[in-house]
Amino acid sequence: MRLEDFTSTSPKLPGAMPIWHGIVNAQELHSLCEQVKHGGGKLVALWGEDSNKGQGTRDKGEGARAATSFVQPSLFDVQSSNADDSSATLPLSTFSLPSQYALHVALVSASGLLVLTLPIDHEKPDFPDLSELFPAANRMQRAVADMLGLHPTGGGNHRKWLRHAAWPGNVHPLRKSFNISTHFPLEEDSYPFVAVSGDGVHEIAVGPVHAGTIEPGHFRFSVVGERVLKLEERLGYKHKGIEKRFEGMTLQQGAKLAGRISGDTTVGYAWAYAQAVESVTGTTPPARALWLRALYLELERLLNHLGDLGYLGNDAALAFGFAQFWILKEDLLRMNGELFGHRYLMDRIVPGGVSCDLDNSGLLRIAETLSHIKHETVILKEIYDEHAGMQDRFLTTGHVAPDLAAQLGLTGLAGRASGQAWDARAQFPCFPYDQLDVQMVTHRNGDVAARVTMRFEEIFESIRLIRLMLEQIPEGELLAEIGNAQEGALGIGWVEGWRGEIVLALHVGENNRIQRLHPHDPSWQNWPVLEHAIMDNIVPDFPLINKSFNLSYSGVDL
Amino acid sequence: MLQIIKQIFRTGIKTEAPPQPDDALRGEVQQINAQILSHVGRALAIRHVDAGSCNGCELEIHCLNNAYYNIEGLGIHFVASPRHADMLLVTGPVSRHMEIALKRTYDATPDPKLVVALGDCGCDGGIFGESYASCGKIANVIPVDVAVPGCPPTPTAILQGILTAVSSRKTQI
Repeated sequence: MRLEDFTSTSPKLPGAMPIWHGIVNAQELHSLCEQVKHGGGKLVALWGEDSNKGQGTRDKGEGARAATSFVQPSLFDVQSSNADDSSATLPLSTFSLPSQYALHVALVSASGLLVLTLPIDHEKPDFPDLSELFPAANRMQRAVADMLGLHPTGGGNHRKWLRHAAWPGNVHPLRKSFNISTHFPLEEDSYPFVAVSGDGVHEIAVGPVHAGTIEPGHFRFSVVGERVLKLEERLGYKHKGIEKRFEGMTLQQGAKLAGRISGDTTVGYAWAYAQAVESVTGTTPPARALWLRALYLELERLLNHLGDLGYLGNDAALAFGFAQFWILKEDLLRMNGELFGHRYLMDRIVPGGVSCDLDNSGLLRIAETLSHIKHETVILKEIYDEHAGMQDRFLTTGHVAPDLAAQLGLTGLAGRASGQAWDARAQFPCFPYDQLDVQMVTHRNGDVAARVTMRFEEIFESIRLIRLMLEQIPEGELLAEIGNAQEGALGIGWVEGWRGEIVLALHVGENNRIQRLHPHDPSWQNWPVLEHAIMDNIVPDFPLINKSFNLSYSGVDL
Repeated sequence: MLQIIKQIFRTGIKTEAPPQPDDALRGEVQQINAQILSHVGRALAIRHVDAGSCNGCELEIHCLNNAYYNIEGLGIHFVASPRHADMLLVTGPVSRHMEIALKRTYDATPDPKLVVALGDCGCDGGIFGESYASCGKIANVIPVDVAVPGCPPTPTAILQGILTAVSSRKTQI
């Protein structure tokens, strides 16, 4: 199947973003992945599903494919020009899975996001290994194997990933037959780390409880003297059953949990979740709500970038940088608290709109706060740029060359620092970003210094965008009523969070309840690249390199 | 260098007065242990343990170190090892994958020790609750002295929780 054929024959999902969805067989999946890769695209997310179908009751093979039917797919072509409201608001993304299980793969190409669904038979629960094409697929596939018992075929790395000791290997928590309250005694947890041998090589094991205020994870360094030969990460310590917890929730209930997948990206996840719900229910939020969402998202970007710049100063032994940037961050947090009632804007984005308005004095307050932050950040950038000791720590440290970044699928802010020019706000701007002409920031040096510069420049761009928003935000309603979603509907949310793209897939079950929800954090792609970035650097530079990526644990441990 | 000094003077002193302890936050065990704690000095060493949070509580713990709250100015500092700590500041829910690590961290902390549980999840399991993968609240895994609700609790609330836990000894002196 040609890529162009896929986008022209598959239905485009309703909603804000250019997303196509189609059911494919194993050959088509592989071929489409190849075409996307060779066209410069990349893998965004990969997740599995148990459709809760009775085993062995469905047709198989070709018959199954033929039985796959989209509800009125022809409506997609005419949706925008259709004057009949009742059919225009139908949830058109409904599909019926012909098999017990499925693997879903989201790829981004120049035209948008392609979501491919591969039906998987219960008698042969496997799927083609995509990690040869996209190395980032490896950990996602291992998570699918742990959680659903669907396995990639072929050689390669099949070690467990999210599973530690809380449940046995023959149990798969995301299967529908698994009860969320099932309690297994903790078993022996062994994980075969890759050993490095040679003269003078030794291992440093760090974590899961780290030495600072950081999320838990394990890092296994193989070093000679101070030089790092290899880093191996082991994550999954924070796995608290988020995906299983979503199942059975109503579309409204899920919003709160979506905002707590990764606390530092609560706005990004809440918006992605709202997009997915709005897609399956045919809801269009009021314009004012969408402007406020964009405002929140840029405020979240500012908060995180300011905090990171402070810690990057601190990790390079310039405590002054920490003190200064965290004053600015606190100023912004207090402003959020006063204007929106929550310092991190949790639960401010809800399906259908937003839960919090802004009056004219609020607009003024934001403008003043940002003027101050911009003024101070300009001064601090000059101090950072001219501080020889700091630049000595930043330059060439934790280097990821653009070709390696492309090969491994490095994404988001860290990707843009290594020449990977992807920013959904600029390339696939949904309303209101299509009114703002977002200037994407990219660099090619790929070192800590580049990731620091990225943050400075994205702060200035976000402040520019927020100023435009304050001028253009229209009066109006905050919330649209959420309609009903049809069973089997698929909704995808896609938001460029501060760290990178958040993709959230919502599969609707009976009675407006969630059948399956998979949130995808860009940290899935970027954690493995950190293992490369540290190679040949010295151990004491690891905190600095790690902080320059600042990846989420909670967002990938789920 | 001149520019840094100039900026420091321009910024001025931002540190604010700390909040007062709040007896309502005290757990029963904390009140009983108050006597034991009376000999811990004014300086307090805290080991933070993230036992499975969404990272929201951590964001607010970081803020305690900013100039406004200036927790080190109160004699409270975060340490790198539980063996150096008087208090564990724990966020949760406790994932089952962190259950052993949290218990070992608790065991490695010398007596007498204090435990402050942070956030709605730390207090009662929050939105994640108890499941195949989550033990729920911190008190389900280790003894807790003071529990601070909030999602996430503000830096002031966290500071108040910490001071509440420590102040039990002050009232004994």
